[in-house]
Amino acid sequence: MVESTYDVIVVGGGHAGIEACLAAAHMGARTLLLTMHLDTIGWMSCNPSIGGSAKGHLVREIDALGGVMGQLTDQTFIQVRQLNDSKGPAVHALRAQSDKKRYAWAARQLMENTPHLHIKQAQVEALLMKDDAIRGVRTQYDIEYLCQAVVLTTGTFLSGRLITGENVTVGGRAGEGAAIHLSASLQELGLRLGRLKTGTPPRLDARTIDFHLTDIQYGSDTPLYFSFENVESPPPLPYWLAQPPHPVYPIERQTTWRPQMPCYLIHTTAAMHELIRANLDRAPLYTGVIHGIGPRYCPSIEDKIVRFAHKESHQLFLEPEGWQTTEVYLQGGNTSLPHDVQLQMIRSIPALRQVEIIRTGYAIEYDYVPPDQLHAWLETKQISGLFNAGQINGTTGYEEAAAQGLIAGINAALKVRGDKPFVLGRDQAYIGVLIDDLVTQEHTEPYRQMTSRAEYRLLLRQDNADLRLSPLGYEIGLLPKARYEATETKRQAVQAELARLQATNISPLNNTAEILATFGLSPLPTGVNALQFLRRPEVTYQVIDSLTPPPQPLPATVVEQVNTEVKYEGYIAKQHQQVERMRRLEKKTIPPNFDYEKITGLRNEARQKLIRFRPATVGQAGRIAGVNPADISILLVHLEKRPAVAVNP
Amino acid sequence: MTMYSLDDTITAIATSIGQSGVGIIKMSGPEAYAIAWQIFCPVRNIKALKPYQLHYGQIIDPTSHTLIDEALVVYMPAPHSYTRQAVVEIQSHGSLVALRQILQLTLRLGARLAEAGEMTLRAFLNGRLDLAQAEAVLDIIEAKTEAALRVAAEQLEGTLSTQVSAVRQKLLDTLAFLEASVDFVEDEILAEPVIEPLMAVVNDLTKLLQNADRGLIYRQGLRVAIVGRPNVGKSSLLNGLLQDNRAIVTNIPGTTRDTLEETVNMGGVPVVLVDTAGIRAAPTDEVERIGVARSQAAIARADVTLLVIDGSQPLTSEDWEIEALVRAKSALLVINKCDLPNQIALSDLANFLPHAPHLPISALKNEGLTSLESAIVELALGGQITLADTPLVSHPRHKALLHHALDSTNAAIAAQQTGLSPDLVSIDVRAAVDALGEITGQTVTDDLLETIFSKFCIGK
Repeated sequence: MVESTYDVIVVGGGHAGIEACLAAAHMGARTLLLTMHLDTIGWMSCNPSIGGSAKGHLVREIDALGGVMGQLTDQTFIQVRQLNDSKGPAVHALRAQSDKKRYAWAARQLMENTPHLHIKQAQVEALLMKDDAIRGVRTQYDIEYLCQAVVLTTGTFLSGRLITGENVTVGGRAGEGAAIHLSASLQELGLRLGRLKTGTPPRLDARTIDFHLTDIQYGSDTPLYFSFENVESPPPLPYWLAQPPHPVYPIERQTTWRPQMPCYLIHTTAAMHELIRANLDRAPLYTGVIHGIGPRYCPSIEDKIVRFAHKESHQLFLEPEGWQTTEVYLQGGNTSLPHDVQLQMIRSIPALRQVEIIRTGYAIEYDYVPPDQLHAWLETKQISGLFNAGQINGTTGYEEAAAQGLIAGINAALKVRGDKPFVLGRDQAYIGVLIDDLVTQEHTEPYRQMTSRAEYRLLLRQDNADLRLSPLGYEIGLLPKARYEATETKRQAVQAELARLQATNISPLNNTAEILATFGLSPLPTGVNALQFLRRPEVTYQVIDSLTPPPQPLPATVVEQVNTEVKYEGYIAKQHQQVERMRRLEKKTIPPNFDYEKITGLRNEARQKLIRFRPATVGQAGRIAGVNPADISILLVHLEKRPAVAVNP
Repeated sequence: MTMYSLDDTITAIATSIGQSGVGIIKMSGPEAYAIAWQIFCPVRNIKALKPYQLHYGQIIDPTSHTLIDEALVVYMPAPHSYTRQAVVEIQSHGSLVALRQILQLTLRLGARLAEAGEMTLRAFLNGRLDLAQAEAVLDIIEAKTEAALRVAAEQLEGTLSTQVSAVRQKLLDTLAFLEASVDFVEDEILAEPVIEPLMAVVNDLTKLLQNADRGLIYRQGLRVAIVGRPNVGKSSLLNGLLQDNRAIVTNIPGTTRDTLEETVNMGGVPVVLVDTAGIRAAPTDEVERIGVARSQAAIARADVTLLVIDGSQPLTSEDWEIEALVRAKSALLVINKCDLPNQIALSDLANFLPHAPHLPISALKNEGLTSLESAIVELALGGQITLADTPLVSHPRHKALLHHALDSTNAAIAAQQTGLSPDLVSIDVRAAVDALGEITGQTVTDDLLETIFSKFCIGK
């Protein structure tokens, strides 16, 4: 039975699903979110943390385009820090610990208050088709919802299997069921599936931890926010922060700008390693129970001990899961060993001698749809109107999922509108790098974003995500006008200040020498251009501000841009040149029906790869492993020739 | 992989070696003019190159201030050039050594070595050529893929790849540390020295470059294979040309079982002489069969083949069999032993390598060798042959890439010494890894992650 009709249906209410349904609805599409469990919308299945190197960049980009992860995090974090603070501006990265329950609830509330957005609890068992295009979905109650576009964000739920030692159950997350029938439906539609694995650590009861035997790690002393809106004007404190945190956690000093919760560092012991080694015959990772491939950067504790046998100790972090809960996440302690071994091994750590496990650690195996089957706008090549985002594409991480969800939601709405797809380049955003890597590379493990994957890292900073992306978010009708205008005001202020410095000379006379002395700098022998002077490593903007202040004091965000643009000018210019060089190939599009079989001169390997990946541009084609410059030349010539040659429809 | 861009500046030796003794270096792209202006010193005191005018002057290395050659330079501004980009042509007197030095200069100043057919490709993509001509471009590119395979095969046998890979892995180790300390802040990435390993890399690269400078130019020269049936005097000829006694001369057929390579300088052209075992239809023993196979390979790889026959004896069936192997090649017919009574009439030779010039010599008496040398050089400089792709393209390319890697490594050391943060130091280290990867055909991201994950236990 058909119940009703929508423009866009999003399947799954995780971090990808949230962004997808909100973006589509904000862009005016009548949107339905279908989730297997309404109470776990926006749930953090793994660690209670958002951001980190490269991931923090993604959150800033999501925010700059009009997504919500930054806002949700700012509303709910119980700790925030700037990572890599002592390093270059390109790798500064925000990382926050969020209150899990409050994060999920904030997401739910946001959705309940969004026009055009409907939420229902139901399990999707099949996709409905008309020819090669999506027509709707069918739920377990045999109800049909029709639509023009579907965004699948199934996370780890697609034929999920939970494994702890000898105990294997079907499920997408501890205590929840799995989506079993959908895998078959996807395969029937001709999509190829693969299998991946990831894992979680045991959760502990804080009341049974001896925190005196841990090292404390505090949050930032200065205000930090993910959302540019909050950076501009700090939001009021969330009401619940007025209450004290759970008293079980020792907090020796509290930050004044916002109360925060520390994390606690502990280390594994020789006895623990011994226990793990003695029980490897019961580790599903080594007994053949687990078939999926796990990520190298997020190994289980047993994997660490086997692969880095020489290492005597590994660090583990105790991360509170909320402001007032005693549930603690054992970061770094992923394991699928049997429950009894888990308990024994962590009790060998001094701070955890008396510890009680609240939830047992487990590994999870799930189906994914290898992303070479996707266009760069996340629509499947096979099925018009079907978009995939998040772990279904073989990624890991809330931020990676949210970034894809946002792009899939945007493109689903654009498709409904009949507009052309929205694709970000590798030179524009980490989101662009992420999706380009997904659709042009072979992947053998879950994909995590890292700054080293971005070749134009210096251009893609978290501090300039608004300058890079806000005009685009506004143009597609997602980012509110006020946010766009704030960005343009910032851009103009930066340019005005750069121009002013360029036109200003600092005289060695007057009180210059005295001012310089207060900064510990030696006097100037001659006059110097202000811009040139700021370029010197030892000269901060503060020095310039004292010598030749701008007509009006500048916001910190503007000073930050000016300082970075001037100090790293050489490196930034180099990267701009690299981008310029590649731009023409990136802009050269390849028609989706391009017939590679008919091109003479392509090497066979290149032809096979091009047919499989079907790149959208020549730039993408060049990044596919197995396609070399000579192949690209041949392709270019044929693309130019095309108008004169008959092309298969 | 590395991609070509369509908008950077490319450079190439545009003539095979030269026409009428002149060789041309052609640059196309936005930096062409600037690069030319840095190395060209016009005789007249002019402030800029005038479009479409021949300027006479000298090519001078801007770093060492040494004179390389006299040259004529023409500048064709965009879009009125073959590629529709700014083009500069430098015509020099055409000794291969000078041409290569000029090419190296343009590479050092930022131009990239053009791939085969790339100038034409640009001309086509910029609308300078029509559709029919595009087919010709495809032919060139397809030929290039074949040639590239051959080059790859040859280099696999060599040690260059192995050595470069080893240096690259050292860089990767340092890069892995720098990147891991940025991307895995909260993992235990123990501090590692950065400058010392990079210094070691500088050392390695400098050595590789010194070898490239000293040896490669000569090893890469014009390849001349000397073939003929046993005992016609091939080794004597080689000795004559070398003016020393390294090749063994004997009357027993089949003594020179392996190929022997020696390099001489003929009119500024480095020439690699390859002496082959006598080719026989039915070799009698295993060692000789290997020798014959090598000779056939030598012919295939040669730019010029000298087919030597014995003028004091009538042509034999063996001579004809060898002629068949050489027929399609660029060749000279060398008639040896002209100090003895001649037994071959001109009419006998009418169908014997019909297009090859005849050169009567006496290797023993050292007669006719000067004419032979002139003929080889003429064949080379007269534009009738093309240098085999291997030496001309790949080696200057490798040298340029090694230079690039060296410069980047030095820049990384400087950045580290100035106290710049690891993410900035890594930009230059990565550039060095990329450059070496272009020699060995490896891409950086996967190798980098592999190194990071095998070196550091990641997993906060």
